Formats: sequence, C-alpha cells, structure tokens
Amino acid sequence: MKLITAVIKPFKLDDVKDALKAAGIAGITVGEVRGFGRQGGHTETYRGAEYQIDFVPKVSLQIVADDAQADLVVDTITATAATGKIGDGKIWVTDVERVVRIRTGEEGTDAL
Amino acid sequence: MSVYGPKLMDTGDTAWVLAAAALVAFMTPGLAFFYGGMVRSKNVLGMLMQNIFAMGLVSVLWAVVGFSIAFGGTNGWVGNFDFAFLSDVDYASGTIPPMAFVAFQMMFAVITPALITGATADRLKFGSYALFIAIWSIVVYAPAARWVFNPAGWLFKRGALDFAGGTAIHINAGIAALAVVAVIGNRRGHGDEAMPPHNLPLTMIGTGILWFGWFGFNAGSALGANGVAAQALVNTHLAAAAAMLGWLIVEKLVTGHSTTLGAASGAVAGLVAITPCAGFVGGAAPLIIGGGAGIVCYLALRIKTVLRLDDSLDVIAVHLVGGLFGSIVLGLFADASATGVGVDGLFFGGGSDLLIDQIVASGSVLIFSLVASYLIALAIDKTIGMRVEPDDEYVGLDRSLHAESAYQP
Repeated sequence: MKLITAVIKPFKLDDVKDALKAAGIAGITVGEVRGFGRQGGHTETYRGAEYQIDFVPKVSLQIVADDAQADLVVDTITATAATGKIGDGKIWVTDVERVVRIRTGEEGTDAL
Repeated sequence: MSVYGPKLMDTGDTAWVLAAAALVAFMTPGLAFFYGGMVRSKNVLGMLMQNIFAMGLVSVLWAVVGFSIAFGGTNGWVGNFDFAFLSDVDYASGTIPPMAFVAFQMMFAVITPALITGATADRLKFGSYALFIAIWSIVVYAPAARWVFNPAGWLFKRGALDFAGGTAIHINAGIAALAVVAVIGNRRGHGDEAMPPHNLPLTMIGTGILWFGWFGFNAGSALGANGVAAQALVNTHLAAAAAMLGWLIVEKLVTGHSTTLGAASGAVAGLVAITPCAGFVGGAAPLIIGGGAGIVCYLALRIKTVLRLDDSLDVIAVHLVGGLFGSIVLGLFADASATGVGVDGLFFGGGSDLLIDQIVASGSVLIFSLVASYLIALAIDKTIGMRVEPDDEYVGLDRSLHAESAYQP
C-alpha cells in the first residue's frame, strides 16, 4: 500500500481529478496549501511599496493506492499536471502500514 | 434681529444645502470603507468602528458646544457659548436658515477627525481614540473652522480663501495624523512583515461613496443652488478625474503597474486638492490642479519613509500634502471671473497678495494643529495610554476591542 502525495498548480486540479477517475482510482483527498520551491514567491505593489509574497498557493492531493497502481497514479498526475513551466509541483510516494475503512472495519486493499 | 427677518430665505438654496449635508454625512461611512479595505482583516471592524463612532460622538459635541465655538460671537480666534446646545442660533448664513448651515457644518466636523484614523490604524485603544477626537474636535477643529469659514475669523478677514476646507479640514487632519503617529509609534512589525490591504474592493466602494459625497462637500459650500455651486461641482469632478490619471501615470512609470489602489488614491487626492479651490477657479484650472495633485501626492508617499513614521494608510501624502497643494496653488489659479466670487490669483492678474494669504493660512493652521494635536495625544498617552497592549494588537482590534470578527472562517 502506498501514499502518493502531489503538490500541483491549483488550476490543474480538475484535469488531474478527471484523469485519476478515468484511471480507476477510488478516492482523493485535496487541500489548499501554500509554499515555495524553486518558483519562489512574487511581488505585489501597494502605493509604490513592494511586498514580497513568499508563499505561492498550490493544491495538494493525497491518494492511497495499491502497490500495483502506484506507478499509474504517479504517471497520470505527471502527465496531466505538467505545463512545462516552473512551479508545476512535486509528487512523492511513501509506504503505508495500515488502512482501515471506518464504516465496516475492512482493512488493506478492501478498505480502498 | 433674527436672520429670519429682513433677508428672505430661498427655498432652492435651502433644499440644496440640506441635500448637501446628507451627501457629506454619507462620506464618513465612505471613508470607513476606503480605510477599512486597506487594513488587515483582523482590524477592519476596528477601523469601521472608529469612523462610524465619530458620527455619534462628534455630532453630539458639535450640538453641545462645537458649533458655538466655531460660529458664536465676533472674536477672530475663538467663539463663545451663545449657541451652546444649538439654542437661539441666529447666525447669519445668507439665504438659508441657520439650522441648514448648522447641519452642513456638523457633517464637516464629523469627517475631519475621522480622517486621522487612517494614519493610526490597527493600534489605538478605543477609549483613548474617543477621548482624543472629543478634545480635538473642540480644541483644534472648531477654532480652525472659525478662522477660515467664519467671516469673523482672523484668516477669513485677512483675505485667505478656503472654499470647502483645504486648511481647516485636510491640512488640519493631515498634520494631526502626523503628530499622533509621532506620539504612538509604528504598528508592531512595521517594516519587517508585509501588511498589504485585505480587501481592495471595499476600498473601491469607499472611493465611490467619497467621490459622490464630495459633490455635497464642495458644491454645497456655495450655500446656495446657483452658478457657484455648479462650477464647484464640475471643478470637483474634473479634479478627481485628472488626479486619477496623474497618479496612475506616475505609478506606471515608477513601478511598472497601474493599480486599483492607485486609481482610488489618485481620485481622492484630487478631491482633497480641489476642496479649497472649488468655487474660486474655472476653465482648465481644475484639470491642472487635479493632475498636479495626483503626481505630487504620489511622490509624497515617500515622506513617511523619510520621517520613519508609520502613517499606515497615507494620510500625510493624500490629505496633508493634497490640502497644502490645493490651498497654496489657489493663490495662483483663483479667478474671480469664473464664478463671480473670490479674488484673482497671481496667474489672473491679482498679484501675489492671495498667494501670501494662502501660505499664511496654511502655515498657521498647520503649526497650530501640529502643536495642539501632539500635546493632546501626548497627554492621553502619558495618562491612560493611547495604544492597545501588544497581545491585543497581535490578535487584532476586531476581537480584542470589540469581541467581533468581520469574517467567519
């Protein structure tokens, strides 16, 4: 079982969601996040005074998937979230020890 | 003898001045939104409250004693208590009833201390703010209004012109803002952390209300429904329009962007600058005065950096500098042939007399207000304290002072 976490450009969320659904993924958890990477922030100017805005708004996705599906998820996100410009985001994959469906108590792949 | 006596009241004049009083009354909530949008979201109610509260407190004080100090008696410097509690008001105010004049002037008295709140944003104790504007509107505003608006006032008699309040209102409030900030210090974190405006659409609504209300402020100051009022209204609008363009052009050249806050600020700077001139100029003068004010006020934004004063929402650049600019260039552009009132300035064959009077009037009000405002703020600061506690400032005025939040998460 793997946890795939992706940080992407907010406007790509719908495309990524549709592609993951089409690929047969059971569910996604989404959050609005702020942060910086190589893209850095941006400046805003109010009455001639420049403000450096360090954190850029992004969307983070969390997907728990079967080991066999993990690569498909990563490839799907990479293909659909890419614009080729700086700030497209990152994906990382971690091992998951245990997954439980709260309603039924099912565990592992059955819980997805 | 009462003014209701020999001189006939004019119904048209009265109707216009009453409507103008209502327009000016609307400017204070407009100012609240103009400023409220520029502060951080945790302080927006604190800002709205300071402004709306001025409508309550200053109106009451104006009725009790303020009007009498500004317009009672014949002394050139300070009034008496003849009109206290607005009883037996027989002030001669042309073709309108004295009460129409009282109402119109009351709205001026309300908005003037409210202008100061932009400089002191996010850090004043509410009670101390209330005490400050109470004392200030009686001790500073009422005498200054007397000097320039009352024919008995020493600046009025000298020949200085102030159509609707460049000196008594904008220079006065602008320099008072500087004085109070010098006493209370900067916002915590000023210069280290970004404090961008939290809601510029709110600021834009406020700008629209101010612009609209300013027609009453300036054209109402004709105290009649006549050609002076019409010229003042056109001048007011054109100055705001030209100042917006002036500000935006300089802003674009300096920063590379034309901003919505710049458009709003430029328009207000133009409205401020045309205020003393509104009924005394014509032709291209409002365009030149407005355009000039947009440029000068933008460049004046740097004054607070040089002085190291956290004039949070630029009251110095917009009101003090805009008021000074308008009051002084009136000495150049005044044109008695435009409306039939006032005198000619330097550019219209009137010589330098008016220019000198304008400089004397501006300087007198500036020095008086600077000293008096500083002493009032200092006295309050040394006794009950002007500023909120650091924790309260961090949490924001909305929650710490008023136990409310503007926006629910």
